[in-house]
Amino acid sequence: MRARAAIATRRDAAGRTVLATMRSGPPLTLRATAPGRVHLVSTAAGPLGGDDLALDIEVAPGTELEVRSVASTLVLPGPAGAESLMTITARVGAGASLSFAPEPTVLAAGCLHRMVVRLDLAEDARVHWREEIVFGRYGERPGRCHSRFDAVLGGVPLLRQEFVVGDAEIDGSPAVYGDARCVGSVLVTGRAPEAVVGQGWAVLPLAGPATLVSALGRDAVELRRRLGHGEEAGTGRR
Amino acid sequence: MNAALLLLADSRLPAGGHGHSGGAEEAVRIGAIRDLAGLAAFLRGRLATAGLVTAALAAAACRLGVSPPAAADVSEWTRLDAEADARISSPAQREASRTQGRLLLRTSRRIWPSPVLDTLAGALSQGAHHPLALGAVAAVAGCSPAEAALAAAYTSVTGPATAAVRLLGLDPVAVHRVLADLAPAMEKVAATVPTGWEALPAHASPALDLLAEHHIRADMRLFVS
Repeated sequence: MRARAAIATRRDAAGRTVLATMRSGPPLTLRATAPGRVHLVSTAAGPLGGDDLALDIEVAPGTELEVRSVASTLVLPGPAGAESLMTITARVGAGASLSFAPEPTVLAAGCLHRMVVRLDLAEDARVHWREEIVFGRYGERPGRCHSRFDAVLGGVPLLRQEFVVGDAEIDGSPAVYGDARCVGSVLVTGRAPEAVVGQGWAVLPLAGPATLVSALGRDAVELRRRLGHGEEAGTGRR
Repeated sequence: MNAALLLLADSRLPAGGHGHSGGAEEAVRIGAIRDLAGLAAFLRGRLATAGLVTAALAAAACRLGVSPPAAADVSEWTRLDAEADARISSPAQREASRTQGRLLLRTSRRIWPSPVLDTLAGALSQGAHHPLALGAVAAVAGCSPAEAALAAAYTSVTGPATAAVRLLGLDPVAVHRVLADLAPAMEKVAATVPTGWEALPAHASPALDLLAEHHIRADMRLFVS
């Protein structure tokens, strides 16, 4: 299945954010749930191996957008071991704000998944971007996943980060995930004054003007709690 | 194969590399590495993530180091350094990388004097990231980008391995057996051919980030990182 969905905002005459484009591409179905807020509603199982799904987000200068999802994404194997692909591109304009915080991506046994995120930020754009990957359902060995996240701010690389799951060299290594079964991070613009570290989480001021909250967890609940601790410690909010 | 590569990868090169454990000291302290098997798993994961990234950056730096001076100017070194910065989330690890890069460059400018190294040192007053320094020095010493990558991959695991021998009292022969078993993986990591700087590998190792940030706050430390 190949699907393309798109969201774009526009500033109206009164300076309020209006959703100028809301194009669902089933199974990526979009619902406006509040002014400036869109929920992703999955209207089919998956992604399944062989699916090629893409979401394009354009946050116009001076507008604000929140993207959420109603449920976690369960990545399943497809026929003949084909790879599933989820591509998200987002551009956030000058003075604009994007909060992208969907529910976790869960890698079911046997899946082969690729996630690509490209985030292009204007110099004074604000962003809050959460990514959570869960290594299989309860008690399940995960399939394989390769995610790549590239954030560029004002044309300068801000964060480039890849996660590989389901690789024998990486899984279970105390250098990468240890005994965790979930990995997650939150990228927030604005640099925390200093690094803060707790049990399984860290607030990491990046070299550029942003902060990465990074966490590992044994399950999705613990991961979310740890990311929350980090957000609280690093930005004073959650 | 270049004899200079051996000098560059040798732990006896007086560039301060022996002072860094690459997260191994903290991993030993919290019990994440307790024995040879734990060390092997640590090194495999480190090589496949941080090692891969550092090897790719070293290769890119080496390629830049052999290009004509007009193409390898201050702005290009700064741009490659920003690519390294974007791949190291942990401030403690960025600091460790710059400290090692600064020392390697200082030492190497006396061993292999070259305008390339002068340009790099001048471009990054806070210290070049270690893989950039390593790649540039490799270029000046006559090594190929693939050799620079191999030296980076090699040092990404040999430093932590040696540290673990000291910290846990492991049998050094058994630890070298682990390293020998990793040799094919080192070559695979060094063979990754990047297309452009943006697309260079960026494999994260969240546990190493946590270890580095805990380590820098620890009271008793034998190693800098």
